[in-house]
Amino acid sequence: MTSKDEKEWDLVIRPTSGWFQLHLRDLWHYRDLLRMFVWRDFVAVYKQTILGPIWFFIQPLLTTATFTIIFSGVAKISTDGLPPLLFYLAGTTPWNYFATCLTKTSTTFKDNASLFGKVYFPRLIMPLSVVISTLIQFVIQFATLGVALLWFLSKGIVLHPDVTGIIVGTPALILMLGGLGLGFGIIISSLTTKYRDLAFLVAFGVQLAMYATPVVYPLSSVPEKYRFWLSCNPMTGIIESFRAIYLGQGFFSWPLLVYSGCVTALALLLGVLVFNRVEKNFMDTV
Amino acid sequence: MRSSVIKVENVSKLYRLGQVGTGTIQHDINRWWHRVRGKDDPYAKVGVSNDRTRKAGAADSTDYVWALKEVDFTVEQGEVLGLIGRNGAGKSTVLKLLSRVTAPTSGSIKVKGRIASLLEVGTGFHPELSGRENIYLNGAILGMRRQEITSKLDEIVDFSGCAAYLDTPVKRYSSGMYVRLAFAVAAYLEPEILIVDEVLAVGDAEFQKRCLSRMDKVSKLGKTVIFVSHNMSAMQSLCTSILRIADGRARVKSRNVEQEINSYLHDCRAAQPSFPVALEDGTRILGLELNPPILASGQSLSMIFDMEFSSETVVTDFAPIIYNQAGVRTGVMDGRGKLALPKTFSAGRHRLRFDIVTLPLMPGDYVAGLYLRTHSAWVNHECLGDIQVISDAGMEISSYPVEHLGILNVNFSAAKI
Repeated sequence: MTSKDEKEWDLVIRPTSGWFQLHLRDLWHYRDLLRMFVWRDFVAVYKQTILGPIWFFIQPLLTTATFTIIFSGVAKISTDGLPPLLFYLAGTTPWNYFATCLTKTSTTFKDNASLFGKVYFPRLIMPLSVVISTLIQFVIQFATLGVALLWFLSKGIVLHPDVTGIIVGTPALILMLGGLGLGFGIIISSLTTKYRDLAFLVAFGVQLAMYATPVVYPLSSVPEKYRFWLSCNPMTGIIESFRAIYLGQGFFSWPLLVYSGCVTALALLLGVLVFNRVEKNFMDTV
Repeated sequence: MRSSVIKVENVSKLYRLGQVGTGTIQHDINRWWHRVRGKDDPYAKVGVSNDRTRKAGAADSTDYVWALKEVDFTVEQGEVLGLIGRNGAGKSTVLKLLSRVTAPTSGSIKVKGRIASLLEVGTGFHPELSGRENIYLNGAILGMRRQEITSKLDEIVDFSGCAAYLDTPVKRYSSGMYVRLAFAVAAYLEPEILIVDEVLAVGDAEFQKRCLSRMDKVSKLGKTVIFVSHNMSAMQSLCTSILRIADGRARVKSRNVEQEINSYLHDCRAAQPSFPVALEDGTRILGLELNPPILASGQSLSMIFDMEFSSETVVTDFAPIIYNQAGVRTGVMDGRGKLALPKTFSAGRHRLRFDIVTLPLMPGDYVAGLYLRTHSAWVNHECLGDIQVISDAGMEISSYPVEHLGILNVNFSAAKI
């Protein structure tokens, strides 16, 4: 078959396409759908609730309060000399963003089987919309940290937020959080269309991973011999950097951040490739 | 000659039967090992043709089945192609491949222009969102741009007849309104190729008429339509050609619509229904008893369905339907409403009995079917059993022409006033 013959047609459906045929133009054509999904997720969650979007604030505040009581009050774990409220808030909100992105996107194929089974659109729209709508939630929650920070500063507590760091670093760090969550999430969702075993691991795996990340404790309190292993976790650099730029107390290191960035890029690339490969036939096995 | 817009070449689709479990991984590893060495898929070879009468566990049974085997056809610009075939023949698989929901196992499909499918209306509707919000959402899912929807919003709302409920969440809609709204969105989508599957199963007569005229209009604009329905009279009036699919293979496409439909209906009646009929979610129709199968007009008829549910199942529709020889739905019994069909059935076997007090049908041959929809699967089976209506011995009437469908039992009196 000649390539001239192929050009006459707008679309050629074949059993499997190449690894690198990503149909990115398709994705662009469906950008309005992405926007609709983001908006739907955001609006629909709190319909028929009295407090509505206020729930966005209640969740992180309750988590922080619990951590403050248990880890700081009862277990007396160090908070690097920071007020516990700020310390946990700066750790849990970014962690939650990553964890939510990961768990929500890891069930993309399973949760949307009935929709995917009826109509075609670039499947990647779905996990992308999850990451973006969760981002909106994260930004609102992160504003809580800003308010708390200003309140503590006004009370005269000595903190050293790095303003240029905040302006430059925040978008980059958020990009890494979302990218990591999305990358690992779609890898898992692609691997679990046929064999669901891995899905069982995700739920408690994410919980365990939180303890392998300096979320409820600072990296500085970790014994020297474990520090290397903890640094292998790409989330370590990100969470510590958040604390460093917002609260002026944390382990900020360029090599660690570059490492996190590389892992993010790799996870994303691998994820998109595997996802693209699976999306064509997953309906037969999901 | 007009140009072809769809070219299906040698397309096959292999499905795996049975459950995915520990055993499957052995096959996967074996298949991967064959591929690494550049050999053919060892399981694709043993797949058998799509013949539903084959019993599970028979000697030649394998875990794989060809839902479609070496299907070839082309569709030309402006053609309205009707796909006919029995349940499970592979019609839906063809539509799924065309709409890119799943990929073929071998072969290729070439398409010119934008394809949009109306496989099942209401896909992607979010119950919490209002009618207006869902129009935008549904349109976007079907590939419309936002301004495209905005420019057609008035027409869509007008066509659906839901203007008063536009800001009400669709979960409060009746099922008829829901379908009307969903169809309206898709009807104004205006793709080059429209795929329509069984939309006419729901909705009132007036709405069905509007759908048909809309589709007629679309095809007159030079758009191509591929249409699957059990409504043979609609097929006959809309389609310009018919492709019949049997056991996963396509017959030659025919432009003689009427003859093709009649021969299909004839074959359908000749074939014995094969029980059990299984749905995707494990629900099975074990049998249908028609008592009596031969009766006179106006006598009573019992339809007794034996059902098996693999787990607790939500049944949203259970509607026995009687078709006449032309495939027209002459009578329907709706299990909802007054009959108070249970919403959920527990796992196990159930017997559902419908007693028609007087059957008001003209003498002739009829077929009993069933439209069944559960929470996650559905089937529209149009030949589960034969009903023969003979003329009442007491009735001294000559036979009516075929356009008379019903004969009504009435009490009559005459008095001088």
